[in-house]
Amino acid sequence: MTDVALLLAQVEIRDRSGPPSCQQANDFFCPGWVAENYDRYVDPVLQHLVLVGTSVAAGFAIAFALALLAHRIHWLAAPLLAVTGVLYTVPSIAFFFLLLPITGLGRTTAIIALTAFTLQILFRNIVTGLANVPPEVRDAGRGMGLTERQLLWRAELPLALPEIFAGLRIATVSTVALATLAVFVSGGGLGVPIYEQLTFKTNVIFAGGLCIAIAMAFDLALVTAQRAVTPWLRVTT
Amino acid sequence: MISDPNIPAAALDLFGDAVDFIFNEQQSQGEQVQVGGLEQVGELAWEQLKVTLYALALSLLIALPAGVALGHMRRGEGLAISIGNAGRAVPELALIALLAAFLDVGMFSLALALCVLGVPPILTNSFVGVRGVDRNAVDAARGMGMTETEIIRKIELPLAVPTIMGGVRTATINIVATATIAPLVGVLTLGDFIISRNVYGDAGVLAGAILVAVMALALELALAGLQRAMTSPGLRLTRT
Repeated sequence: MTDVALLLAQVEIRDRSGPPSCQQANDFFCPGWVAENYDRYVDPVLQHLVLVGTSVAAGFAIAFALALLAHRIHWLAAPLLAVTGVLYTVPSIAFFFLLLPITGLGRTTAIIALTAFTLQILFRNIVTGLANVPPEVRDAGRGMGLTERQLLWRAELPLALPEIFAGLRIATVSTVALATLAVFVSGGGLGVPIYEQLTFKTNVIFAGGLCIAIAMAFDLALVTAQRAVTPWLRVTT
Repeated sequence: MISDPNIPAAALDLFGDAVDFIFNEQQSQGEQVQVGGLEQVGELAWEQLKVTLYALALSLLIALPAGVALGHMRRGEGLAISIGNAGRAVPELALIALLAAFLDVGMFSLALALCVLGVPPILTNSFVGVRGVDRNAVDAARGMGMTETEIIRKIELPLAVPTIMGGVRTATINIVATATIAPLVGVLTLGDFIISRNVYGDAGVLAGAILVAVMALALELALAGLQRAMTSPGLRLTRT
């Protein structure tokens, strides 16, 4: 008799607790949870955009300067490619912690490491783009009386734009993915929510999805920009 | 910001401690266990190398035949290129977290997850490399009576080696970098020194970063050497 009462009491307790909610059960994806909690992703997304934007912009400025240097002084190309290659090969996460004793925790450390990562991709593409300009174009330019500087800015660089943009797209998309690791040096970004609830499926899928969406948005923006600045390519296709 | 003139000296000291950590065993932060030293470094490095090689082998197994076949038939350009592009967008941390959330964690499932980073560059590069082989060379081979398999083995693959190896190197760099955060899912690689700061301390963290960087660079050098060895002597002359 008491056994039955006990059993009934237990059933009652279980009944009262109800079925576990989607996030308690850690189901595949809980849209309801996202709808209630999406605001916690706003700051990480903005931080992510800043991380990527700053790193790629800084990387492009440095790589552009180095590429122009290598374009003028040809023997510099090989050693510069080797140095940027080392920076590319060292995993970003290792780079973060190598910088840590010098630059400390925070966004700066993350940006320096991500910038270093982008250099080789950008440098190689700019150099290849400039090297692939047909010699006839240079001859024609010189024949028209262009100085070396005019030749570079009016003929060589515009013709190298497709390669340069290809490099920018690769560097940007890769950096968006890598910037998730900035969380390890308190650099912010979408790695923060992922790391905070590493095994909560909805969180990982949503944050990871946001990351991929950012990468696609950057890629689309770059493709649009490329079309806008290379109108002559649209005519010939 | 603090403008402490001692910061550079302190940073140097820490690098010294990190090197010491690699070579000599010492007390952990909680002082319960011995950590560091060549034995533990060797263990974790071996684990990371194993995961990396498994993932790389698995990626090659999946991507190389597919890329070469598509390149040989000169078909599926959209597929091969867009997988390559999509692969770059995969966020490393989310990939590891997904593994933790969905699969039973072990060496094999980790290697399988890391394939997501290894397959795209190998697929794209083997496709581009094989497709880029001079059509005339292929036609000549066909005229000499070579079968399609022979054409792939004797003409297309040797000529595509530099491009394919470029993809393999990118894949390796991606995989070894992400294997560093594998301790998050319980596979203890060199990244454990970095992630478990409360056990290994600042010297251990820095030592981990140095070791991971050295391992990535060593793999890259080894693959560059392998690429040289695999490139036929005739091609080597024309490239330099």
